[in-house]
Amino acid sequence: MRKHSVKSAAIVGAALLVLAACSSNKTEGGGNNGGSCDTSKGTLTVGVVAPLSGNLSALGIGIKQSAELAVDEANKKCTVKGYKLAVSAQDDEANPAKGAQAATKLSTDPTVVGVVGTLNSSVAQTVQPILKEKKIPQVSPANTNPTLTRGNDFLTAPKRAFENYFRVCTTDDLQGPYAANYLVEKAGKKKIAIITDGKTYGEGLAAELSKQVTKKGGQIVGSEKVGEKDTDFSGVIAKIKATNPEAVYYGGEYPVAGPLSKQMKDAGLNVPLMGGDGIFDGKFIELGGKEGDLATSVGAPTESLATAKAFVDAYKAKFGKEDYAAYGAFSYDAANALIGALAATLSSGDWSDSKRDEMLTNVGKYSGSGATGEVKFDQYGDSTNKVLTVYSVTSGKWKDVETGTFTG
Amino acid sequence: MSVLLQQLVNGVMQGALIALIALGYTMVYGIIQLINFAHGEVFMVASYGGLATYTWLLPEDLKKVPYVALPLMFVGGIIVAVIVAVIMERFAYRPLRNAPRLAPLITALGVSVFLQEFVRNVYPNATSNLPYPKVFPEGALQLGDVNISWTGLLLVLLSVGLAVVLQTYINQSRMGRAMRATAQDPDTAKLMGVDPDRVIVLTFIFGAVLAGVAGILYGGYLSNINIDMGFQTGIFAFTAAVLGGVGSIRGAVIGAFIIGLIKTLAGQYMPGGTQYDYVWIFVVLILVLVFRPQGLFGEPERVRA
Repeated sequence: MRKHSVKSAAIVGAALLVLAACSSNKTEGGGNNGGSCDTSKGTLTVGVVAPLSGNLSALGIGIKQSAELAVDEANKKCTVKGYKLAVSAQDDEANPAKGAQAATKLSTDPTVVGVVGTLNSSVAQTVQPILKEKKIPQVSPANTNPTLTRGNDFLTAPKRAFENYFRVCTTDDLQGPYAANYLVEKAGKKKIAIITDGKTYGEGLAAELSKQVTKKGGQIVGSEKVGEKDTDFSGVIAKIKATNPEAVYYGGEYPVAGPLSKQMKDAGLNVPLMGGDGIFDGKFIELGGKEGDLATSVGAPTESLATAKAFVDAYKAKFGKEDYAAYGAFSYDAANALIGALAATLSSGDWSDSKRDEMLTNVGKYSGSGATGEVKFDQYGDSTNKVLTVYSVTSGKWKDVETGTFTG
Repeated sequence: MSVLLQQLVNGVMQGALIALIALGYTMVYGIIQLINFAHGEVFMVASYGGLATYTWLLPEDLKKVPYVALPLMFVGGIIVAVIVAVIMERFAYRPLRNAPRLAPLITALGVSVFLQEFVRNVYPNATSNLPYPKVFPEGALQLGDVNISWTGLLLVLLSVGLAVVLQTYINQSRMGRAMRATAQDPDTAKLMGVDPDRVIVLTFIFGAVLAGVAGILYGGYLSNINIDMGFQTGIFAFTAAVLGGVGSIRGAVIGAFIIGLIKTLAGQYMPGGTQYDYVWIFVVLILVLVFRPQGLFGEPERVRA
């Protein structure tokens, strides 16, 4: 008898050790333990899928760290009763295939309650179906392609594409036209040349912009594609230069847009380059973005938002001078939406796989005031926050020019 | 018309860059029949070497004087390229000199991956594009509507100039004769008192110097660099060497200019535009190889005794 109890104690002890090892593994990047909170029921994980290495890592790391900040704060405030929250951040290298691997890894982990990400719309396309299989909610801080929520006929016959997919930023069917209105009406540029990188995000955005430019009496004088890995754009530039554009709109991201802007100027095509949220980063200017270049981005400028002040202060306190980048505040809100929905789900019992349906419903019903303003989803999973901002490069920095919503 | 001229200018500049690297491929192949796939990476490493020289070795006040900073960056980049090439030859290729041809080829691919990952992990912030310092002459020469950037002009002059120097050296110097002898028949060359190791190392060094020059100019011409640049440009350079006839100096340079011109002209005038410009390069390559398998200036393959 005595021997037996020693044995079982040893087994329990070993099991505890294993558990401890597991949970210490999971806290990787999760940060502080809540300390005084009751975490007796174990650890639940918020997944992050974003480019943590590669050309777009400046944006991806901002997304990851902002999500960590939200999880840390929730742990300190004991938002989720009985559980400790951790972050599991997976690198997608901005590559759809890598994104699928990351999503598979997260979806096989039973403690993953939801995923924040992705940065790229093209990566979201491969991540969505994998997470859907396991009914894991995905809240994107940065995907702006409208088909992700409303399907291919998003304007004429919108149809919810994935019931597990939500986003806290607005979409390109508003961003493109908003940029077009600014270009044609405010900046007075009537002849516009389009260059895209041929990816989901850039193509979609440029197509939406083109329609509105034509509607407002402007003219699309040329349309070209460049490869995502191209570095020499002299051929493309010579081709569009011949059409005498007054501005060039680039659908894509800053690793191409920066050098493109510089090479345009070198080739004697000294007109502003405009892009969407994909070029709105300090790196764009570092890589060759020039004075007068323009970008639209989702939301109001984080620095000037009263609601974002607490986020900005907390982020700076935790991560020092590292930038939260274009989507930090959105990522913080996305993580908080997941945490809020999780807290609501757990009010009716402990976490198990059977709770996943309820969790999805709760994310859809979530409503709160976040760093970027009100956080709420419509029937397609899109954010109800439709605010956009135009920025321009002024004395080597992005400066906001105009904030508003697209009204036609 | 001005569009055509502008695209011709662009094509010549791209060709000049490719030529500098293609020379390295063709010389090494000529001597030891090795397609040195890591040569593109030597070019990439040189570019980072030049950037490192500028960032850490140059004192602040010299950084603003292009006449001093630019040559020093060339020196830094070339030194790095030469060191990498010599180490690569000594430890990766020399032990395999008498192995079947496939072994050094696979090794070359391995060295290429190693160098890329090495730079990615060791050089600060090398995971994303790095901006290149603005020490190059800004602006451009305007001829009517045609815009010729000063850096591009420098690129073309250096490329053609160095190719001519190299050709002359190989044809007229004592060492050049030793190189040609080793290329034709290493065993007989050895009997005549030529040290093959010395000749081969020197060939790698020449290739590295040219790649080093190209690496720095690439940064100046395109304003930023990344770790993929060696692979991308290397593929074009390799194609240029094959098109011109591997082993032929003149062939590599002419092949490179042909590729540069096809790329820009096809982007302008062929269906599909710039998205499909690579396709036309390889269409031309295939057509040439169908009718002239040895390339434009290559000699038909000899069977060695």
